[in-house]
Amino acid sequence: MTEVVIAGIGQTPVEEHWDVSLRELAFMAIEKAQLDGGSLQPQAVFVGNMLAPQLSHQAHVATLVADFAGLVGLEAATLEAAGASGGAALRAGYLAVASGEVDVVLVVGVEKFTDVVGSGIEAALATSGDSDYEAVQGMTPTAQAALLMRRYLHQTGAPRDAFAGLPLAAHVNGAGNPQAMFRKAITPEIYQKAGIVSDPLNLFDIAPNADGAAALLLARRDLLPPEQPVVRIAGSSSVCDTLALHDRPDPLVFEAARLSVERACRRARISPLQVDLFELYDAYSIYGVLSLEAAGFAPRGEGWKLAQDGFLGLQGSLPISTLGGLKARGNPGGATGLYQAVEAVLQLRGQAGINQVPDARRALIQCLGGPASVAVTHVLEAEYLSQADRN
Amino acid sequence: MEISRHWRLRKQRYALVGEVCPHCDAKIFPPRDVCPECGHEAKSLYNFSGRGEVYSYTTVYDPPAGFEENAPYTVALVKLAEGPMVTAQLTDLGDQPIEIGTPVEMVTRRLRQDGDERGLIVYGYKFRPILQSQPV
Repeated sequence: MTEVVIAGIGQTPVEEHWDVSLRELAFMAIEKAQLDGGSLQPQAVFVGNMLAPQLSHQAHVATLVADFAGLVGLEAATLEAAGASGGAALRAGYLAVASGEVDVVLVVGVEKFTDVVGSGIEAALATSGDSDYEAVQGMTPTAQAALLMRRYLHQTGAPRDAFAGLPLAAHVNGAGNPQAMFRKAITPEIYQKAGIVSDPLNLFDIAPNADGAAALLLARRDLLPPEQPVVRIAGSSSVCDTLALHDRPDPLVFEAARLSVERACRRARISPLQVDLFELYDAYSIYGVLSLEAAGFAPRGEGWKLAQDGFLGLQGSLPISTLGGLKARGNPGGATGLYQAVEAVLQLRGQAGINQVPDARRALIQCLGGPASVAVTHVLEAEYLSQADRN
Repeated sequence: MEISRHWRLRKQRYALVGEVCPHCDAKIFPPRDVCPECGHEAKSLYNFSGRGEVYSYTTVYDPPAGFEENAPYTVALVKLAEGPMVTAQLTDLGDQPIEIGTPVEMVTRRLRQDGDERGLIVYGYKFRPILQSQPV
């Protein structure tokens, strides 16, 4: 297959962009990616978006985004996989270039939450579950995460504060990311005193939904502008599970997450233990913990223990959420998977500023749709890996 | 209005009608036509007893549109006696503490209401704790 590199990246701050529309937000990220990628012209545009048909009454998002960016005459298609939509767009772009069908692809993730306020947002989010058998019961993604956390605590005997480690680590890193929604570290005391949203889940166990857009130019290796550091997509995998949480033999096992890590790493010919950082899907702290377990970084029931002793910090053995993760950078729905990709590229280029992970050469990124009803995982690598590193 | 979408599910919503696999006898709810245990076709109807126990639960304080009148409400995963798990609200809780493992039974209740006085009212299953017999 053709080697696929990331030639350009762009992102907007994640926040409440009240004065910016869906199309404008997407274009803000596209402009930056084009600037970063030199003169490369895409032949296809893949857009990851989760909720525009409901929040903005706008389907057909990819054509709108391409049109507004002056890119008519190209292929354009929207990828929707709930919270994994951005990852799905990245994979579509990767496959298009890898297959040899196109030379340059623009992938864009965009989400515009603030077009709706109030209970309409919860209703829109709930449509990512099984409408006939979950949403109709008033079940929401947040409630699912809450009852998974309760069950986890019940089965493992872990203390309630077991889940504090991930949001604390994310907020420390968010403080160093100018694009992040929350740029302030929090203390264990703040976590403990946070208000309950859906017991036992508290405010700091939940990543905030907000507006954002991120974009990447993918290209054939030989088209990369000469000055651009080489970051390639070494592995890619998307795996679905049952849509409804109740249909899983064991709801506390994120099987799709496990399989997609396994397959992406096999494609990259590495073990997950060989990555220098892991951008995981911490939409809820419990999801972060279950993702660590699914990827094989911790045995079942012990993922929360990794957050101790700085193991997951920027200087630790497995840095996660290196620019704030969903928790502190914010969770812009279908754009989230592409923020993870942009952030991983910054790390692999050595451009992550005060949040730079030392000697970052290989990144694992993963986004989830629903409670890992779908998982999309990519392995990104900086070029200068020696053959010895690969073995 | 979404009448047909709810009407066609009346057997499931009002009577917890699922399926049984004719090949491996697995009980299936919600119906899915392909047996999750053995992978064969499974379209034989099966009436569930409506009894089960709470696998886990939580409370929703910020409800989606359409569920405001019930909030706060308790949603759960209920492990049915016949094996499958189902997503459902818990109701008729009174002062009884709910716990993981609490035995529950199906009842029919109002699930949601759409908009104004002419809006659709959707009924369906919820689960309530099974009353413990009191020593005389």
